[in-house]
Amino acid sequence: MPKLTLSVNGQPRTIDCANATLLVEALREHLGLTGTHVGCDSSQCGACTVHVDGRSVKSCTMLAVEAEGAAITTIEGLAKGNDLHPMQAAFKEHHGLQCGFCTPGMVMSACDLAARNPAPSEGEVRHWLEGNLCRCTGYHNIVKAVRAGAGDMNGGK
Amino acid sequence: MKDFEFHRPASIKDAVALVAGTSGAKYLAGGQSLLPVMKLDLAEPPALVSLARLPGLADIRVDGGTVAIGALCTHDQVARSADVAKAIPALAALASHIGDAQVRNRGTLGGSVAHADPAADYPAALLGLGATIVTDRGKHAADSYFKGLFETSLADGELVTAVHFPVPRRAAYAKFAHRASKYAVVGVFVAETAGGVRVAITGAGATVFRSAAMEAALTSSMTPGALDGITVPADDLNADAEASAEYRAHLIGVMAKRAVAALR
Repeated sequence: MPKLTLSVNGQPRTIDCANATLLVEALREHLGLTGTHVGCDSSQCGACTVHVDGRSVKSCTMLAVEAEGAAITTIEGLAKGNDLHPMQAAFKEHHGLQCGFCTPGMVMSACDLAARNPAPSEGEVRHWLEGNLCRCTGYHNIVKAVRAGAGDMNGGK
Repeated sequence: MKDFEFHRPASIKDAVALVAGTSGAKYLAGGQSLLPVMKLDLAEPPALVSLARLPGLADIRVDGGTVAIGALCTHDQVARSADVAKAIPALAALASHIGDAQVRNRGTLGGSVAHADPAADYPAALLGLGATIVTDRGKHAADSYFKGLFETSLADGELVTAVHFPVPRRAAYAKFAHRASKYAVVGVFVAETAGGVRVAITGAGATVFRSAAMEAALTSSMTPGALDGITVPADDLNADAEASAEYRAHLIGVMAKRAVAALR
């Protein structure tokens, strides 16, 4: 099988995988990074969202081999030791989750938004999160968390 | 998903030769349409030829009355381009509502145009503006490009390299979106162009199409009220779990009026 070298959370990782391996399969099954979830497996729910060169993408709809040479960040790459990333801390503070299944994708998607727009409005957050589905919360606290997290990431607090 | 050979050529010439050299080989741009189809085993190409390393296909240039957009420009890139927003604001707005943020970060103009999904947004802009599709071997007018369900005038292995959009006087796009995928259940693009009024409808039929009756009414009076009583027959429209053909016919009228009201 082809050898593939990926940069994941700042570390070079080499795996043997078929060309048909999806990025999410490489992360979860070859590298054990199970924080990235598979929800719908049809590029609708966003639970598998990771960053590729800083941009949020659905890792169920990208081949691992396409990510060769790119910098991949997963939910495991956000916290520094025991210190949560500001967006993770905001989800905790504002109770932006219930079962937690969609949360890794929500947080990764939100970080991409915050990097582009340091102070998103409620409407901008809701438009941005169209690609992330949550079956528990009704989204209200997620939107609050994203707005607070974006502020904290961009020097607020 | 069945396994396949994977190639990542560095030139258009090599990419075209690789697809020509393997029966059933496919180009891979952003993969947001092709990979879902492959995951369902509805397509099983023996080889994928990635376009990611081809140079010069991700530029946006505004030159006089034309906006030229490279085939590898992502929807996000088009949505956020100040040049596109200034020249054809309706086109930037359309791109900003394709799929969702993650899909827009990967999906490309060329991929959408080559795939020609009946519910895709870009075909409405191409037909509504009278765009030109540029390929490795020639040019296609949008008016004769969209042939049917996932069917275009592209030859086997022909590679879309850019789309040239003429700048209209005014234009707007209104869409009734599928709740989860954001594909157009019905989308209507209305434009006042140098060649007259154009109305292009996506999501409703086997492929994007124009409405001569709406264009005639709007030529007389560019107001939402001018469309009162003008209907597109439901006979040939799509019917699925989202919407009946009759409902789609109704939505065409509503979306067309919204687009006219939003012209700028």
